[in-house]
Amino acid sequence: MAYSDKLIEHYENPRNMGSLDKNAEDVGTGLVGAPACGDVMKLQLKINDDGIIEDAKFKTFGCGSAIASSSLVTEMVKGKSIDFAEGIKNTMIAEELALPPVKIHCSVLAEDAIKAAIADYRKKQAERAATPSE
Amino acid sequence: MAVKLPIYLDNHATTPLDPRVLDEMLPYLTQHFGNAASRNHSFGWTANEAVERAREQVAALIGADPKEIIFTSGATESDNLGIIGAARFNKKKGKHIITSKLEHKAVLDSCHALESEGFEITFLDSDPDGLVKPEQVEAAIRPDTVLCAIMMANNEIGTINPIAEIGAVCRRHNVIFHVDAVQALGRVAIDVAAMNVDLMAISAHKMYGPKGIGALYVRRGRPRIRIEPLIHGGGHERGLRSGTLPVHQIVGLGSAAKYALEALTNGENDRIKALRDRLWEGLSKNLDHLFINGSWEHRLPNNLNCSFAYVEGEALMMGIKAIACSSGSACTSASLEPSYVLRALGVDVELAHTSMRFGVGRFNTEEEIDFAIELITEKVRWLRQMSPLYELVQEGVDLKSIQWAAH
Repeated sequence: MAYSDKLIEHYENPRNMGSLDKNAEDVGTGLVGAPACGDVMKLQLKINDDGIIEDAKFKTFGCGSAIASSSLVTEMVKGKSIDFAEGIKNTMIAEELALPPVKIHCSVLAEDAIKAAIADYRKKQAERAATPSE
Repeated sequence: MAVKLPIYLDNHATTPLDPRVLDEMLPYLTQHFGNAASRNHSFGWTANEAVERAREQVAALIGADPKEIIFTSGATESDNLGIIGAARFNKKKGKHIITSKLEHKAVLDSCHALESEGFEITFLDSDPDGLVKPEQVEAAIRPDTVLCAIMMANNEIGTINPIAEIGAVCRRHNVIFHVDAVQALGRVAIDVAAMNVDLMAISAHKMYGPKGIGALYVRRGRPRIRIEPLIHGGGHERGLRSGTLPVHQIVGLGSAAKYALEALTNGENDRIKALRDRLWEGLSKNLDHLFINGSWEHRLPNNLNCSFAYVEGEALMMGIKAIACSSGSACTSASLEPSYVLRALGVDVELAHTSMRFGVGRFNTEEEIDFAIELITEKVRWLRQMSPLYELVQEGVDLKSIQWAAH
């Protein structure tokens, strides 16, 4: 596969690879894809009370394009607001990495991962508000 | 001794020319360049002599008579000619063909092409070990079955089918038996008479010969197999395959066959098997969650097809760029479908995406194998650190219990 230099860079030096504490109140975890498809992405976002993404970590089971897409996403969202992250489109990822046409679906999965992580964070916040601590 | 990179471990895809084969081919390009069909001068006689010598060498490799060897452009053409040629010639006898789901595309697509001519094809499943059993073939035979096509050794998982037993079944029921032997040549002893084989597809470039040349064995005695030609022209090769013979290519095929025959008895296959075993032992010592795909016992001595669970094949291949091999994962195929061979033998789709195929060859060394073990180990460990699946498994989660939000 003829990959762009940027893509290869992300594969060889992935940004923010790892895990956050999925039980922490301020961490949203998105797990998308399926082993049967050959693509699974876990994206975790640590979000402060101002709605800013303080930290992001990813783990991916998938090809070079999938790994690069998820690595890039963590770079794009760190230090940004939830709104900004929600606005990220797969086309931005695909363009930045110059994904070949057969690999566009990897960027779609990365966009899904962001939305899933934010949804999980929001769910946690709602539960927190519903059960106030002493 | 420093290892020269990249290392070639994809000998099921193709093989380099043996330098001896190249040496034997070269004079036929500029010196003895005559057309083998030129019967009236020495250029033609010399060329013809070389062709007939090569014919004997190919015949010797499979236990056939030289008159039974037809030269073609390669095994794909031989599979087409054998299957379609035999089916068309014998269509009055019946229009049912038996083959298996694990065959090479040259066989599968030839069968599909016959469907549009009114033939019905039965595609047999293999057992979980990747083998087709003679009982399956016998059960599938009908009064109108005219041909059965089963490969001797599989190109992806390297498993070796019980060809002699299947041949016996076919002979009992008067069914023509076509065998694609491409991956078995020089690795497994072949005797077409003892194995009851009627047609056999042969290729040069999987046995250290040039690409673009192969042969079809067509049985001439007990029974005599008749086929329709696919290519018409000057009536070359007993009218079965017209076209000026590429003498230098045929010399290459014959020469490769000669060395392949030697390899069966001079210890080469034992050496290669030892390298393959070393690769597997090294990897399985270093890494857990590895799975062999297909029968280990009935397997070519040089093949290793295994799955590295929780690590996707294309990502692993990117990481081990210094090693040439291949994968059964969807991401490495043009169609984005995982390997149909692995699917056919019932391997979990997840394991298909994580599978790798290594083919050891005549020119691989122990140093190269040791380098490969180190590099593959390093990259698998790194990719497992990156894998959310491996993380879940380490936490004791059963991946089958998760509801995946797939696309």
